[in-house]
Amino acid sequence: MPEITIREALKTALNEAMENDEKVFIMGEDIGEYGGAYAVTDGFLKKFGSQRIKDTPISEQAFVGAGIGAAAGGLRPVIELMSISFSLVAFDQIVNMAGNLRYMSGGQISVPMVIRAPTGAGVQLAATHSQSFETWLAEVPGIKVVCPSNSYDALGLMRSAIKDNNPVIFAEPALLYGSKSNVPDEYFEVTLGEANVSHKGEDITIVSYGYGSKVLTDSVNKLNEIGISPELIDLRSLNPIDYEKIILSIQKTNRLVLVDTARKTGGIMSEISANINEKAGEWLDGPIVRVGSKDVPWPYNKTLEQEVLTDSDNILDSIKENYGI
Amino acid sequence: MTSKEKIVKNKSLQTNGSGKIAKKSNFSSSNLSSLKKNEHLNLFRKMYLIRQFENACGQNYANGNIRGFLHLYSGQEATGVGAISSLKDSDYIVTHYRDHGHALARGLDVNRSMAELFGKKTGLSKGKGGSMHLFDASKKFMGGHAIVGGQLPLAAGLALSQQYENKNAITTCFFGDGSTNQGIYHETLNLASVWNLPILFFLENNKYGMGSSIERVRAGGLDFFPAMDTYEIPSMEVDGMDVIAVKEATKIAREKIIQNKKPFFIESKTFRFVGHSYADGQKYRHQDEVKQWEQKDPILVYPKKLIDMKISTNDEINKIKIEIDEIISDAVRFANESEEPNLDEIYDDILAE
Repeated sequence: MPEITIREALKTALNEAMENDEKVFIMGEDIGEYGGAYAVTDGFLKKFGSQRIKDTPISEQAFVGAGIGAAAGGLRPVIELMSISFSLVAFDQIVNMAGNLRYMSGGQISVPMVIRAPTGAGVQLAATHSQSFETWLAEVPGIKVVCPSNSYDALGLMRSAIKDNNPVIFAEPALLYGSKSNVPDEYFEVTLGEANVSHKGEDITIVSYGYGSKVLTDSVNKLNEIGISPELIDLRSLNPIDYEKIILSIQKTNRLVLVDTARKTGGIMSEISANINEKAGEWLDGPIVRVGSKDVPWPYNKTLEQEVLTDSDNILDSIKENYGI
Repeated sequence: MTSKEKIVKNKSLQTNGSGKIAKKSNFSSSNLSSLKKNEHLNLFRKMYLIRQFENACGQNYANGNIRGFLHLYSGQEATGVGAISSLKDSDYIVTHYRDHGHALARGLDVNRSMAELFGKKTGLSKGKGGSMHLFDASKKFMGGHAIVGGQLPLAAGLALSQQYENKNAITTCFFGDGSTNQGIYHETLNLASVWNLPILFFLENNKYGMGSSIERVRAGGLDFFPAMDTYEIPSMEVDGMDVIAVKEATKIAREKIIQNKKPFFIESKTFRFVGHSYADGQKYRHQDEVKQWEQKDPILVYPKKLIDMKISTNDEINKIKIEIDEIISDAVRFANESEEPNLDEIYDDILAE
């Protein structure tokens, strides 16, 4: 069982899809000659040629829209956005077109397309390159949204995303491209929409995804030291959300903490909090606790940025404060 | 030298054929005689079908059977019918929200089109799309789209799929003058040109983006086609009230796209006789202008020409009108009698299996 980085996992999945299905092609800004801003598609141009590895002009709206059209025409495009913050430029195409096309055509058209985009803060890219808009996109019916936190999920989710017949937003935590973990040699897929109980525990259910799940892993020891056994759930998918796994866990722990490294207000965790309150509030012995990054534009300065970004101390402090530990 | 002359002169200097402007197509007896009688009558039949469909839509909006926004194509029939008559079944069509004309010109089912406007289960999109979102994927009619200009990259993507799979086919994208001030218009022209996509950009210049005259909102004058030089896309202007001229122009454009493996741009000068949508009081334009354009009404001018040239007779034209009137009243009856969608269909058609 080899240990590989998330970058290598993504590369493996994309390479397989390109080899196995001629309808799959990749397009985006500087993914070919340059090799991709985060080097995920490095070497692909030479191997697959410019017909299938398409460098685009800096026109997010146009090439995302063209991806939707190509998918409606029967191809399986994988589109790379250089940052999920740039999804804003293409929001009309993603939301109005990709999200609505099937419904407004009465089911006549499908859009089998993946949009990959690095997400999140922590690398000092300042206000316009550090946001986490997968949380906004998760609101749109007709679009699936996933985000891996480790190499196994990156590989398994990407395999499923490319085979899916719907638009899938594939958010890649920018801080984790070089993060290593084990991946089995045998072929596997991760079903879109299934959360993962990444650490078994008894006392508190803590839910997160992407970089937040990495922060949670770092918190386990600190929580153990103050006598708390946390059960960790990695969502992996923001749309749909696996409420069944969350509810199953809180039936055991009776406590729920929701951790997001995106800004706290208006994010996916607010939605989960409201839903769990409605669906399974009777199982809770205390308030649902939300931990998120501070509600400010992302600052460039390293000390300021780290202060804004959710870390394991924020999680620990919130748990102590809200549960009187 | 006027600026216009300058542009034309510059074009004549182009040697790569990229920015060359074909001469404006005109309604003349020579190109009239290039078609068979039956083809002429079919063009008239389609235009009259659209006009009567739109008239019926207006009536059924007034009596409450159709709701939401309703944008009628009345006046622009020669453009849609002429253009689509020169396309092949293998070509994709993408259009804007004033889409009834293109749908009917493509041969979408009249009953199901009307039922869609009535929001019925039997509608093309099962009542989920309405007037602005007519689709029939089986006829490669990929929709009416309602964000101004938003359909342009969709069309570029469909053309990309045709290029990718070496199909001997093109995508035609209709859009109005209102969309030309959107960034996506310029982005798509650029993308299509650098990727040599088999796409026909078809501008229906009816002079008004909702209530805004293009004279008030556009830098660069009233003609759009000269600006195509910037994108190295060959372009052509055509009289959009002249169905034969539009048909011929589109035929040439399609041949050029297939032959040169490059996009093409047609600017069709046309006019809508009615408001932007049904509830438009048209305060922004003078009725004299409308009357002046009504002189070119293709529903009147074209059959008169056919009769004058002895290609057809008054009786034949009237027979077609009676046939079409019946088709329209059948469609309204079909839409009226069709069932409402079931409530449990709300959750259908969001995701594909």
